[in-house]
Amino acid sequence: MRNEMEILFDAISDNEGFARVAVAAFVSHLNPTLEELSDIKTAVSEAVTNSIIHGYENLYGYGRPGRGPAAAQEVHPGKVQILCALEGDMLQIQIKDQGKGMENVEQAMEPLFTTKPELERSGMGFAFMEAFMDDLEVESSPGQGTTVRMKKKLGCGSWIEV
Amino acid sequence: MDQIMEEDFRVIDNCLIIRLPEEVDHHQAGYISENADKHLLRKEVRHVVFDFENTRFMDSSGIGIIMGRYRKISCFGGRVYAIHADSQIQRIFKVSGLHKIVEIM
Ligand SMILES: Nc1ncnc2c1ncn2[C@@H]1O[C@H](COP(=O)(O)OP(=O)(O)OP(=O)(O)O)[C@@H](O)[C@H]1O
Ligand SMILES: [Mg+2]
Repeated sequence: MRNEMEILFDAISDNEGFARVAVAAFVSHLNPTLEELSDIKTAVSEAVTNSIIHGYENLYGYGRPGRGPAAAQEVHPGKVQILCALEGDMLQIQIKDQGKGMENVEQAMEPLFTTKPELERSGMGFAFMEAFMDDLEVESSPGQGTTVRMKKKLGCGSWIEV
Repeated sequence: MDQIMEEDFRVIDNCLIIRLPEEVDHHQAGYISENADKHLLRKEVRHVVFDFENTRFMDSSGIGIIMGRYRKISCFGGRVYAIHADSQIQRIFKVSGLHKIVEIM
């Protein structure tokens, strides 16, 4: 049986938490372990944050005490799409933006490579996606946007935990 | 999602102690770094302690926060400590190599 879900949201930092929790909730009926859930959330957070910061250049996070909602701030418009599919215990996640894209995907995926050191980015995003998921594919071209595809086999944990 | 506030930053002796929020991501990273740096300007502050007691999630934005503060204080002999980090947070430290510069207690 195949089970799919799709979400589309604005590329602003407020939605980072929502996006990773939505994907985690989608797989929750499979009783994933805490570790699996944490892996999925981290990988989704990395890809979504990359779309927001690098794809659409909405550089700054809005999470501050006493500030109004993000609607009051100036943002570059853009959407991030997440498509998830479950086939048995195999989870596929596709995270897509129509932002500025990348020239050299191979270089971008090297650990510690970042084009935004001044923003305290550490170049660990793709390394985390690679470490926490079973499979990672990145498709991108300048001006066209970026698509990240990840896979993870679930249910390696216990099914009958009480 | 809970929001980090001014009162989550405390200076005790020569340590700045930062109680991190439940989720450390890009959304809140800017405020955490800026506010930490404001405290680091005080000349008695040498070390930074990140308290993960309430933290259940951290991504690479957290690595950026910790690395950034480490760069600012290490040249003056300051150290970075992590306390109450659960096993998920410690995995993030390991994968990123951060456990080599942060003392996990
Ligand atoms: N969706 C995207 N659109 C455009 N460029 C991207 C996108 N995702 C990644 N990149 C490019 O790839 C580089 C590496 O990404 P990665 O997530 O590994 O590191 P980072 O985002 O720079 O730092 P960190 O994730 O550790 O905060 C980025 O600096 C950016 O130049
Ligand atoms: Mg990144």
